[in-house]
Amino acid sequence: MTAAAIGVVATGAAIAVGIRKFSDTGDATSRISTDAPHWVLHKPSQRTMFGKSVLINRPRQEVFDAWRVDRFAEFMENVVSVEIEGADVARWHIKAPAGREVTLINRITKTDPGKAIFWQSDPSSDIANSGEVRFSDAPAGRGTYVTLILAYSPPGGELGRLAAKLFQREPEIQARRDLYRFKQLLETGEVTTNASPSGR
Amino acid sequence: MRAVTWQGRHKISVDTVPDPKIVNPRDAILKVTSTAICGSDLHLYDGYIPGMRAGDVVGHEFMGEVVEIGAESPLSIGQRVVVPFTISCGNCFFCEKQQFSACDNANPSETRDASEMMMGHAMGGAFGYAHLTGGYAGGQAEYVRVPYSDVGPVVIPSEMPDDDVLFLSDILPTGWQAAVNADIERGDTVAIWGCGPVGLFAIQSALLLGAERVIAIDHFPSRLKLARDMGAQILDYTQVDVREALDEMTGGIGPDACIDCVGMESHGFTLDNVLDQVKAQLMLTTERPHALRQAILACRKGGRLSIPGVYGGFADKFPLGQLMEKGLTVKSGQTHVQKYTDELLDMIREGKFDTTSLISHHASLEDAADMYRNWHDRQDEYTKIVLKPALARGVVQTRDQLAMA
Ligand SMILES: NC(=O)c1ccc[n+]([C@@H]2O[C@H](COP(=O)([O-])OP(=O)(O)OC[C@H]3O[C@@H](n4cnc5c(N)ncnc54)[C@H](O)[C@@H]3O)[C@@H](O)[C@H]2O)c1
Ligand SMILES: [Zn+2]
Ligand SMILES: [Zn+2]
Repeated sequence: MTAAAIGVVATGAAIAVGIRKFSDTGDATSRISTDAPHWVLHKPSQRTMFGKSVLINRPRQEVFDAWRVDRFAEFMENVVSVEIEGADVARWHIKAPAGREVTLINRITKTDPGKAIFWQSDPSSDIANSGEVRFSDAPAGRGTYVTLILAYSPPGGELGRLAAKLFQREPEIQARRDLYRFKQLLETGEVTTNASPSGR
Repeated sequence: MRAVTWQGRHKISVDTVPDPKIVNPRDAILKVTSTAICGSDLHLYDGYIPGMRAGDVVGHEFMGEVVEIGAESPLSIGQRVVVPFTISCGNCFFCEKQQFSACDNANPSETRDASEMMMGHAMGGAFGYAHLTGGYAGGQAEYVRVPYSDVGPVVIPSEMPDDDVLFLSDILPTGWQAAVNADIERGDTVAIWGCGPVGLFAIQSALLLGAERVIAIDHFPSRLKLARDMGAQILDYTQVDVREALDEMTGGIGPDACIDCVGMESHGFTLDNVLDQVKAQLMLTTERPHALRQAILACRKGGRLSIPGVYGGFADKFPLGQLMEKGLTVKSGQTHVQKYTDELLDMIREGKFDTTSLISHHASLEDAADMYRNWHDRQDEYTKIVLKPALARGVVQTRDQLAMA
């Protein structure tokens, strides 16, 4: 699956997955403070959280409104389907290697209209995960900064192995690619493709 | 359809490949009528551009007739258009700033990662130029798919022949942007390294933009002759020490602006260039920036350096201290073609540019492999090659024949 999927996981479930939250703590003596966003603290290899921002040249409300369950399949590559299970709960079917599928059950825990959506997975989800997507105004009418932040802890067992394999590198890459496809769709009305003949 | 494909270093073939299809609503498909081989294609041919895959359809300078359109293309079937080599969406932050070659949407999600890793940020999109710039099939083919057909293609009036307008696709705007980037002032002497097609258009552009004098540098007699015909004074670098000559022609201060129209495969038998060649073979460097080094040393203090010549990565022995201490301003980049095409089409129509005398050969698409070899090995004789899918295999029209026609 993919980060997309995880990004997808954008509709979160209930349980606390015990995912470590980075905050800019540290005692003032050993660390200087920083204005960098919390998801870039520490070296990438030490993080249990992933965050990526893109600039989308459209007004914030429009971008926020487009981040909708029924549009995810247009730009999230590995989503097979999404079933709405209740007010804020959705069941995600995500492609996994070897023709398998994983199911994520995620619950939206909070929505700041026009600004952010937070989610967390349900205990019955194949993969425990949580995350948020933020929308903020870029300066001088340049559009909207969209940031996807996600964290996940693969459960044990067979699925855990699979999930780990899927997640160790993939989520980052996929989330990034899905975010770019979201940007393409909003800015150009299309998902970019190099679909081309070749002599291969 | 038939298409020119890259198969490896110094291996070009003409193959039958599937026809392109409309994929997105803004797409159009062209039937190609003319397509040129570029100095940039030489870098591919010589294997200096990373991210090529065997079988890739090449070619980024082309024009043709619209034969199919997507639901949102404003073009109509039968229109003749020239297509910019840069693929640009027209909607993103960069396109809105008219920095079209930096378009942030044209390079698909799947291919942008590699170029982002190499360059710090993902490169824009281009036709027929490796997967770092999107992996799009090029236009040295019978048909080509053109994305964002509402942004790039320039509709050509029926009375204007292909040869007059084909170079709007790349080398004319590239020479023009190179001169614009030189920020030419009254009284300026502009030195231009390389009298290939890009250099020849940079010469014409610099003069049109008000340069007092253009000094062009190369060593191929026929290219130097074209440069002189276009209004430049010329230097053959095998006959003079270029820097000394430039100083002596400018009262010792050096040219006000220097333009590198050579790029990563500079010739020259000086020590720096010989070492670069060895290192390039050993993959220790990607560039042979001999002409660029010379331009930096030759440029007057506080002068301007414009670099349209293509480089791919890291250069060795780059005179950074000289650049800084002399206080040069540097401007560079792939050309923002779409920014200039309308203005340049008008200028062609007004007869301001000589767009045809650099064309040395028309040949069949089928003979592309031979033509790439000639373009590489016989640069004096082959000053610009235009491939015509309509010409039969083996038919070659030379400059003299074209002039008589
Ligand atoms: N920036 C862009 O968007 C853009 C677009 C098109 C081409 N280009 C680049 O511009 C460059 C020139 O393109 P072209 O089609 O004219 O290529 P070309 O190969 O036909 O011309 C290069 C010329 O430079 C001359 N040269 C080589 N070493 C020299 C030296 N040391 N001093 C002076 N002259 C020297 C060669 O003899 C040749 O005539 C290439 O690097 C090409 O990739 C850039
Ligand atoms: Zn070119
Ligand atoms: Zn763009």
